This record gives sequence, C-alpha cells and structure tokens, in this order.
Amino acid sequence: MNHTFTFTIDGVEVRGRPGQTIMQAADEAGIYIPRLCAHKELVPHGSCRVCTVFVNGRPQSACTQPAAPGIIVENETEALLAIRRSLIDMLFVEGNHFCPFCEKSGNCELQALAYRFGITAPQHPYLFPKRDLDASHPDIFIDRNRCILCGRCVRASRDLDGKNVFQFVGRGPGKRIAVNAKAALADTDAARTDRAVSACPVGAILRKRVGYAIPIGQRMYDAAPIGSDIEAVRADPHQ
Amino acid sequence: MTKTNAGQRIVIEPVTRVEGHGKVTILLDEHRKVKHARLHIVEFRGFERFIQGRPFWEVPVLVQRLCGICPVSHHLAAAKAMDRIVGGEKLTPTAEKVRRLMHYGQMFQSHSLHFFHLVSPDLLFGFDADPAIRNVIGVAKKFPELGVQGVMMRKYGQEIIRITAGKKIHGTGAIPGGVNKNVSIEERDFLLKDLDQMVVWSRAAVKLCKDYTMEHLAELAPFGSFDSNHLALVREDGAMDLYHGNLRAIDAAGKKIFDQLDYQEYADHIAEEVRPWSYMKFPFIKALGPEKGWYRVGPLARINTCDFIDTPEAEAARKEFMAVTKGAPNNISLAYHWARTIEILHSIEKIKELLHDPDLQGEDLVVKGPRREETVGLIEAPRGTLFHHYRINSNDQVVMANLIVSTTNNNEPMNRAVTKVAEDYLAGVTITEGLLNRIEVAIRAYDPCLSCATHALGAMPLEVELRAHTGELVDRRVQA
Ligand code: SF4
Ligand code: NI
Repeated sequence: MNHTFTFTIDGVEVRGRPGQTIMQAADEAGIYIPRLCAHKELVPHGSCRVCTVFVNGRPQSACTQPAAPGIIVENETEALLAIRRSLIDMLFVEGNHFCPFCEKSGNCELQALAYRFGITAPQHPYLFPKRDLDASHPDIFIDRNRCILCGRCVRASRDLDGKNVFQFVGRGPGKRIAVNAKAALADTDAARTDRAVSACPVGAILRKRVGYAIPIGQRMYDAAPIGSDIEAVRADPHQ
Repeated sequence: MTKTNAGQRIVIEPVTRVEGHGKVTILLDEHRKVKHARLHIVEFRGFERFIQGRPFWEVPVLVQRLCGICPVSHHLAAAKAMDRIVGGEKLTPTAEKVRRLMHYGQMFQSHSLHFFHLVSPDLLFGFDADPAIRNVIGVAKKFPELGVQGVMMRKYGQEIIRITAGKKIHGTGAIPGGVNKNVSIEERDFLLKDLDQMVVWSRAAVKLCKDYTMEHLAELAPFGSFDSNHLALVREDGAMDLYHGNLRAIDAAGKKIFDQLDYQEYADHIAEEVRPWSYMKFPFIKALGPEKGWYRVGPLARINTCDFIDTPEAEAARKEFMAVTKGAPNNISLAYHWARTIEILHSIEKIKELLHDPDLQGEDLVVKGPRREETVGLIEAPRGTLFHHYRINSNDQVVMANLIVSTTNNNEPMNRAVTKVAEDYLAGVTITEGLLNRIEVAIRAYDPCLSCATHALGAMPLEVELRAHTGELVDRRVQA
C-alpha cells in the first residue's frame, strides 16, 4: 500500500508518504529539523517557527507543511540558521530564563537548541517581563517566567489527557498560559502524571520537589546535542 | 560619601586583593587623631527579596548566584536548611559523606587560593614591598614552586567540587534530603592520584605560616589586633566540625558564653544591629548587647573555639598554635593566616579519610520525613559561620529568607582591625603608602568575601582620602 515518493532535503533524497509532513518524513530519514512547538504525539501547531524550511524557495513550517513528490527543501542553510538563531534568541529575552539555576537545565529544549546553535548570550536586549507563578497545586508548579507559549501543554491536556487544563488568554505581548479555572491550578483536575506536564519543553510546568534529582552529566542533553537521536537514524540506517 | 562635622575622615576605596570590593574611611577628631575606622561594604540584600516565591528545592542552586567566590558554601548551607523542610536532616551515610567531601574540597580550594594568591606576597616580600612585586606574579617569579603549589591545590579542590556537585561552579549535587550522585570508583581513584602530594604541600603551608609568625611575632602580635569573642560550630564532643555541629561562643579569655546551642534557635541568641552609615549589618550575641556582643568567625575563631581537631596532623598543628598564647584564645588578627593553613591540612586529612570510605560509593542518596515550614541551615564556610534561615508556605514557596554571611559576622572585627592599624600607623595628615598597605593587610587577614556581601565582582585600585573634620579633603592617595 506504500505509495512512497521522494523529495530532497539539502540535496539528500528522502522518502515520503502521503499525509506526512516534511518534518515527519525528515525524522524518519534521520534528518533533524529544529523545533519547539512540535511534539511527536501532538497535532502540529506551527507557532514557534523554529522549524521554518525553504520549500521550493519559499519559507514554510516543516511541522505543518505536507511532504510532496519532488519538492526541494532547504534545511541547514546559513540563512535559515540565522533566522532560527534569531527566533531562539528572542524567546530567551522575552521571558526570564535563568539557565544557571533553572531545574530544567540540561533537559530543556530551548536551552538545548541554543547550545546546538552556539548561542551563548542573546543579541537582543532582555525585556525582563513581570510574570506570575502558580504554586497552588500540591504536585505541579507553574513558572510563567519560562513559558515560551508553544501550546504543547494545551494540546497535550486536551488530546492526550482529555482534560483541557490549559488555555491561552490575552493577545500579543499580553498573551499568557492560563488554567481553566477561576482561581488557580489547584482548582483544576490537573494531576502529577498528566502528559501536559511532561510535554512542556522548558521549565514552565514542573513536577514539584524532584528538581535537580538527575546529576549534571546524566541529563537529557548533557552528552549529545538536541536532535542527535533523530540524526542517529541516518548514521545507522538499520536502526 | 556623607559629610560629618564630628571629625575628619580618610577614605580608602576600594580595597585591593580582597575578593570583591569595599571602601575604608578613617575618621579623625579635632586633634587629628584617629577616632575610628569604617569599612564600607555595600551588602546586597535584594537577594532575600528575589527568592520570595521561589520553590524551596530550587534554593540550594539559586543561592549560589549570591557569590562567585564561595558558591559551594551557600549551596550546602541552603541544602542543610532544605533537608529539614523535607524532614530529611538525618542524611544517609553516603549523602552526608559526599556533601562533606564537597565541603572540604571547597575549604581546601578557597583557603589555598587565599593563602597562595592573596596572602603569601605580603609574607614573602613584606608589607612595605613595592606592590608591583608584592603580588601573585611576583611570588610565581621568585618562588616558582610555591606558585605551582597554589595553582595545583586550588585545582585539586575544584576537581572535588566538580565530582561531587557535577560542575566546578554552580553545581547541583546537594538536594533536599541528600545528594543526587555518589562518588564512583573511577572518580575516587582520580582524586586519590594526587592526594599524597596535596598532603605534603599542606604540611609545608602550615610550616611556612608558623615559621613566619614565630619569627615576626613581636611585630605581628599587636598588628590590627584586639580582644574579641569567638563563635563557631563545634561537634558534640567539642571537636572542630566544619560541616555540622552546634554553636559555641567564647570570650577573649576563653570563657564559654554559650555552648552546644542548637542553631535552629540562633535568632534567640544572635541579633543584627543596623548602623546608619553601613549597608552591612552588625551581628551580636543578644545576652551581651551590641557593644560587647560582637564576635569573630572564621579560621581563627574555629581554632580558638574547638577543644581539639579530630585529624592527627591538624591537631598537632593546633597544639603548636595554641601554645603561642599558652592555651588561651589567640586574638592576633594576623594569626588568621596560620589558622587558615591548619584548616587546609585538616581538610586534606578529612578528604583522605573520606576517599577511603566505601560509603562514598553507596546507592542510598536521599531521605525524607515529616515536613517542616521553618528552617535554619548553618555551615562553617571558609570565611566563617554562614547562616541561612527560611520560611516556606504550604505551597512549597519561600516566604521569608534571612542570610547572615560570614563576612557580615566579621563586620565589627574588620572595622576594629582597620581602626587599630590607623591608630598605630597614621602619622600626621598624610596617607603614606605604608599605611595604605597595612590597612589592606589587616582587612585581608579576615579574607572578606565582599562578593558575598555585594554581589559584585572585580578588583579595583586602592584609593585613600583624608578629610578634615569639617569634611574638607586634606589628602588623597590612589594605588593602581
Ligand atoms: S507552559 Fe510550557 S508547554 Fe505550555 S505553552 Fe508554556 S512553554 Fe509551552
Ligand atoms: Ni562569597
């Protein structure tokens, strides 16, 4: 039944199937396209723009754009690298991300992307926004200082947990993650084991009292940069 | 600088070769005699506000931002506090020993850095030597083997920190109720490799300091010296214990003011005085009041306060040290250096003991018990007793934090030391280079971590200002 077709990413021939996005086909081929709002088990959102690629010369989000026969995709070009760097940079300065003491350090996708792209200090000025914490829940801690508005918690709660705990409120710079309750997270049916909690790519939604339990050196991105797992597929085609 | 009509003042700003920066003013009376000296340190209290609302398990990592010089001490003091929040203050043997190893590693590297980089130039070249030579580069040139020792000893301590905390600076090793890793056989063997060399060098550092002190005793004894109380943690049997114990305070003659005081109750016995001219508070023992209750902390206070040291070589060194004052407390400011090297030796002996202890490889890392909402964590940091006091709400957030850093505990003593030097060495209304150097030397004896207090790093040139009691500038001297 496999009506596969081929297209290229940076000149490498890649197989695709109908219904696949460019990102899904790239993942299977072992080509890493950087991402933040995309998550394997969640419907694409196309909001963070970190996965922007050029398709036949036009910018598209790889997480939403369908793969198609014969398309020419550019992924690792100087121009795209510059755009992605700038996007990640802006995500850092828009929030209050203090990597040196953040418990998500080493397991944080935003930090891991910054490392992968060689960003050590942001180019844009810090905005130092004032953001709220929500510590009301006995097992879950929300620190909006680190929220990058990727919407993964919203989708995971709705589609994986069947709960609708999280939603966005406000617009533009005032946009923020909120809970579906009048007061606070404690008033929702959120639970420690919710996929919405583990889906957060940064340290904005955390399980309480387990921070720093994994020693430095054994954390997710200590040994290899983000995307290495995907790239390993390409290095070893039998995997 | 604020003007005062009551006297004349000399301003030294900032002090070089202490960690961080500060400023000294010397106030003169109408007869142009020294009235008193003041060491100005801009203490950064904003931090205690900053951690409001933060989750308690974040605090041991977060507080390391307080100081680029002694982050490990803050890490451990906060972790000890948070142990009690999770009811895990009775650590597993592995957790306690890994933390102790981290702490002795920190002590070893901090004291070594201070002694070799900051103090040895004064001892080897003399206080009056040209500052262009009287520095660590000068030491490395004239005494190359000493320069190497300083670098290697510091590095050794840093490797211990890296292995126990995960990183040389801003690690995460201590977590509420324990540690997040043990020490593997490979890591242990890596540290054992250079251990014997470290012991040899530590012995030599003690000898260098002892010989120097004995040779120059007549000159050193009165230098920046004064009688004071001394405060430190001691073990239940009276032994020196840098990681944990109860509080003991003695007076200048050695009489106990209090002993085996549970530091959870420190606030009943110790208060902090605010003085209008200083951002840094002045702690004192309540029972004695602010006038008489101030005390010294750090290596000198610890050696004076303990009954004995539980490692043989450091204990032998302690006995020689105490013999100078016939067993009574030693109140000589410059004896801090000798005391500090004895602690270097003690630390390396402890490190040796720990590295041969199989508990370091244990798997049982964390304990928890009944939860608490208020807690105090104390540790003997390289520069002295460090207090961390927190209250946590039922949502796991910090609602109150009070820190008394080692340098704050030594606030009044440092002021006394500078005053004494100014009284003895100020001639007329001219700031001589000799005076300037001696003020530096006196402050340096206390190894103030101005970084802890100011949250600002960087050494700057030394500046002295002399002002008439009318506030008028009489003299000014800057040292590059
Ligand atoms: S809380 Fe986390 S998952 Fe939710 S939008 Fe913010 S960053 Fe994304
Ligand atoms: Ni410090």
